[in-house]
Amino acid sequence: MTLQEAKFEYLLRLGDSSLIIGHRLSEWCGHGPILEEDIALINIALDFVGNATSLLTYAGQVESKGRDEDALAFMRGEREYRNLLITEQPNGDYANTIARQFLFDTYMFFLYEELKNSKDETIAAIAVKTHKEITYHLRHTSEWMLRLGDGTAESHERLQNGLNDLWMFTSEMFEMDEVDAFLIKEGIVPDLNKIKANWEKRVFEVLAEATLQIPTTTFKQKGSKEGKHSEHLGFLLAEMQYVHRAYPRAKW
Amino acid sequence: MSTVYSQQQIFKLLSEIPDPEIPVINIIELGILREVKFVDEVCVVVITPTYTGCPAMKVIEDDIKIKLKEIGIDKVKVELVLTPAWTTDWISDVAKKKLRAYGIAPPDHSSVDKKVLLGKARDLKCPLCGSIHTEMISQFGSTACKALYRCLDCKEPFDYFKCL
Repeated sequence: MTLQEAKFEYLLRLGDSSLIIGHRLSEWCGHGPILEEDIALINIALDFVGNATSLLTYAGQVESKGRDEDALAFMRGEREYRNLLITEQPNGDYANTIARQFLFDTYMFFLYEELKNSKDETIAAIAVKTHKEITYHLRHTSEWMLRLGDGTAESHERLQNGLNDLWMFTSEMFEMDEVDAFLIKEGIVPDLNKIKANWEKRVFEVLAEATLQIPTTTFKQKGSKEGKHSEHLGFLLAEMQYVHRAYPRAKW
Repeated sequence: MSTVYSQQQIFKLLSEIPDPEIPVINIIELGILREVKFVDEVCVVVITPTYTGCPAMKVIEDDIKIKLKEIGIDKVKVELVLTPAWTTDWISDVAKKKLRAYGIAPPDHSSVDKKVLLGKARDLKCPLCGSIHTEMISQFGSTACKALYRCLDCKEPFDYFKCL
């Protein structure tokens, strides 16, 4: 593996996760439980898609095969996508979306905090910008965790169910392979064990404050690093990519 | 032809471009326009986004090209840079006054504070009546850079330019 190949792969992992979770959040547009939340989720979706644009643009430059961010976003199939499985899970009810977003935001907050120190200048620059934005996202989702978890019996139950269902996708966030090992050695990306420790501490704190139980499920789902996804991703891509594939050179 | 204009003249010209979403302040006051330089007859204009996904950036890029074309500069390249990352600290004092007069509470402190993870909303002065009895309705407002507040005295909702 060359440095170029490793970087391209890693950039896809970061960029695809942001793109897919951004797309999922955008599905709430016009369906939010209250107007303010509708607006909030779409604002957050916009930040994620913006972050994905920066990362996939750079991925295309690193790859040097003439693919830009649109080619990477709209012309790859699901087996070529490298987003974490948690990001493609359906929105479910509002509590489910909040649980998914909180688990992922916390991960992203600590990951990008470390990526700010990357020896790759472009990754560091993107991370500085993104970390400021993710800080706002995490505050927002943390507040909703408390509000729903320590709210009514029904909101508590729904959020707990959401957490239980999503828990099996969380361990994948911290798995490392040869791409990680290569880039850690180069000082470009952080060791995910460090991220995991911070993530657990933060997540457990918020769950305790929100009177929620840490899920006990030990079953683990993984596969996104090899492009193995849940069935949901194909449907998501079909909708997201339809216009671009139907009218490949359309401009408006 | 482009060489007849100095960088200062071009900066002055571009200061006429308003922010598309907050038209009372221009792109220099907002800190978006970073640099103007000539590289081999091409006028290179460097801008930085407020938020990564800010949809106004494309509009600003087009506005810059149109403005420069008006004075005969056709070879224009607009570069987007992320470093150093934009911060509300770059919004000039004059611009903050203009924001308040326009009904948007300007960012009231430097960057993001440490309590940000679960911090309480700050006391903000209502840009309409000046009361400090205000409360946050939502962290996320009409655009990526604003939060939504309301005044408990004059009862009016207002936008707050979030610190970043």
